[in-house]
Amino acid sequence: MTENSREFDLVIEPGRSEKNYWNDLWRFRELFIFMAWRDILVRYKQTAIGLSWSIIRPVLTMVVFTVVFGRIAKLPSEGVPYPILVYSALLPWQFFSTSFSDASASLIGNSNMLTKLYFPRLIIPVSTIIVNLVDFFISFIILIVLMMWYNFVPTWTILCIPVFLFLAFLASLSVGLYVAALNVKYRDFKYIIPFVVQFGLYISPVGFSSNVVPQKWKLLYSLNPMVGIIDGFRWSILGGKSQIYEPGLLLSIGVISLLMFLSIRYFRKMEKTFADII
Amino acid sequence: MPITIKVENLRKSYIIKHTGEGYVSLRETITDNIKRSLHRTKNIITTNQIEKSPRKEEFWALNDISFEAQQGDRIGIIGRNGAGKSTLLKLLSRITEPTSGKISIKGRIASLLEVGTGFHPELTGRENIFLNGALLGMNRAEIKTKFDEIVDFAEVEKFLDTPVKRYSSGMYVRLAFAVAAYLESEILVVDEVLAVGDIQFQKKCLGKMEDVSKSEGRTVLFVSHNMGTINQLCNRAILLKSGRISEMGQTSDIVRKYMKSGTQNGKIDKDSIFGTLAPFIEFLEVSLNGIGSNDIYISPSSDIKITIRGNCKSDLEYFRSGITILKDGIKLFSIHDNEEPIPLKKGSFISEFIVPRYLLRPGDYTLSVFGHDNGNLRKGTEWIYGNEILIFSIMEEWDAINDSHNEGIINLIQSTAL
Repeated sequence: MTENSREFDLVIEPGRSEKNYWNDLWRFRELFIFMAWRDILVRYKQTAIGLSWSIIRPVLTMVVFTVVFGRIAKLPSEGVPYPILVYSALLPWQFFSTSFSDASASLIGNSNMLTKLYFPRLIIPVSTIIVNLVDFFISFIILIVLMMWYNFVPTWTILCIPVFLFLAFLASLSVGLYVAALNVKYRDFKYIIPFVVQFGLYISPVGFSSNVVPQKWKLLYSLNPMVGIIDGFRWSILGGKSQIYEPGLLLSIGVISLLMFLSIRYFRKMEKTFADII
Repeated sequence: MPITIKVENLRKSYIIKHTGEGYVSLRETITDNIKRSLHRTKNIITTNQIEKSPRKEEFWALNDISFEAQQGDRIGIIGRNGAGKSTLLKLLSRITEPTSGKISIKGRIASLLEVGTGFHPELTGRENIFLNGALLGMNRAEIKTKFDEIVDFAEVEKFLDTPVKRYSSGMYVRLAFAVAAYLESEILVVDEVLAVGDIQFQKKCLGKMEDVSKSEGRTVLFVSHNMGTINQLCNRAILLKSGRISEMGQTSDIVRKYMKSGTQNGKIDKDSIFGTLAPFIEFLEVSLNGIGSNDIYISPSSDIKITIRGNCKSDLEYFRSGITILKDGIKLFSIHDNEEPIPLKKGSFISEFIVPRYLLRPGDYTLSVFGHDNGNLRKGTEWIYGNEILIFSIMEEWDAINDSHNEGIINLIQSTAL
């Protein structure tokens, strides 16, 4: 019996969902925003000082880092006020770390939806990162305040921030997707994530400039994709005062692309079984 | 009529792990492997045998399912708990993937498998309509055009700006159903969700489903345990039994077969009995006035003596069993065999119940059996039940008490009349 399957819009077979996947992603495109909008609404409905959290956290961290690294350890500040040096790195780091941990926990947090509704699962982790973008913009206002306080005038390079923000988005999404999928099967990752985030803070040039790393280790250091992104942010915000290390940046971009490819592949493979094992 | 759903040899299996805990953790995976290899070594030493691990078991939730649905069909899917109804709906809605087989679908599917999934309790009704619409694949423009109709149908105008956590469960289900029903789709899939709402709203939902299938030509797949609503709504029905299609055809025939499927000539089918007591209690046979056949006809003027023979596998301290009589899925009443729970010794037991004569008016009734044990205070009440395992008919014999001019399901028996 030959069946003309073209008369049907959708054919469900094991391993066959690929064809509709990107179509569905397009059909559900508004859901990315809706889910993010939901999380933001809920957050500000349930917390007492809502918005202020996106300000308090980076500001306090900045103060601590300035005191510890700038005043006590007396690390070089490259001729810019140390708070601005720290804050320009805290912005991408905070965005990356919260996006990563939120995305990793996102599937578990929405498990009831996964078992009762169909939509491309990719939407859940991505929309949690969109929420963190909003936080990023709020934190960015503090940077502007800091710049005015120190009479610091940025150069044209500040226009490059969206590029590095996009890289940070991809970096957090790639690791976030991977861990989110793993988290569905192995709940251990709940305990691993905070550790990884804390560890990452120390091996990324957040509290200090990446120039303190000796030249011969720099390329190796750039294997950490956040190094290229943070350096990029510093370069954009501080203008010519902070040099960008091109081989390192290219390496970071390479690592991010590879991670992105692997994690989407893994996520797509695991996605079909989420509803069964969550 | 063009075919909108075509299911061919569909199968779905799950791997059940007998580990006791649902989630796998890395630590467990590692320690289990070590334990198992130690265990194996020990076995080799002591018995010279390698034992195969019995911890994993393949379970076929659906097996060899094939059917077709035409445009405008309203198909009822019935079967006992665990027969595979919800799994079938999940496969059709693409929530999980089949193990083998093929489903071909023409058009979009809107599915409502659970009330209010995707609703966020903190958000208002208005916000949730948009969110839920988006989760079902609608875009903002579509939701806007349907918004008033949805609100109107769900009867929540006054509460649109109230967080849904303050909604009653009825309002919840109304809103959830309305969003799914007003979605532009060619196929509507509804799991047993209407049970939450009141009778009036259930009727409204059934009416809406009938309407979308008749006037808009949508195909409706509907799961329910309520045979009354299945009979009312569906033009065809599929009876699932242990993951397979056992019967398919005209709704009224299938529903009757389903109700009879719990017993075979008075022998109770083990698969239709569920509950935490099921490992300890067996309900074996049921008879009405000594008749244990597939077709039971009883005169309204005689008492109905219901006898259940069972077997108890371990001593229970506070046990009693009972029966429920139903009509069209509506529970009329229950009777217990004892007023208070009593100790039940290991071994066979017989429970007897009397339904007084003239109480039931002519028609078809179904019988459920149940039992519970309150002995284990730590774990609370343990229970066992078999839903609608038997169907019987009261014959049309009219007399002064069973008056053909009366209406209703039961007769009001004046004490002077008996």
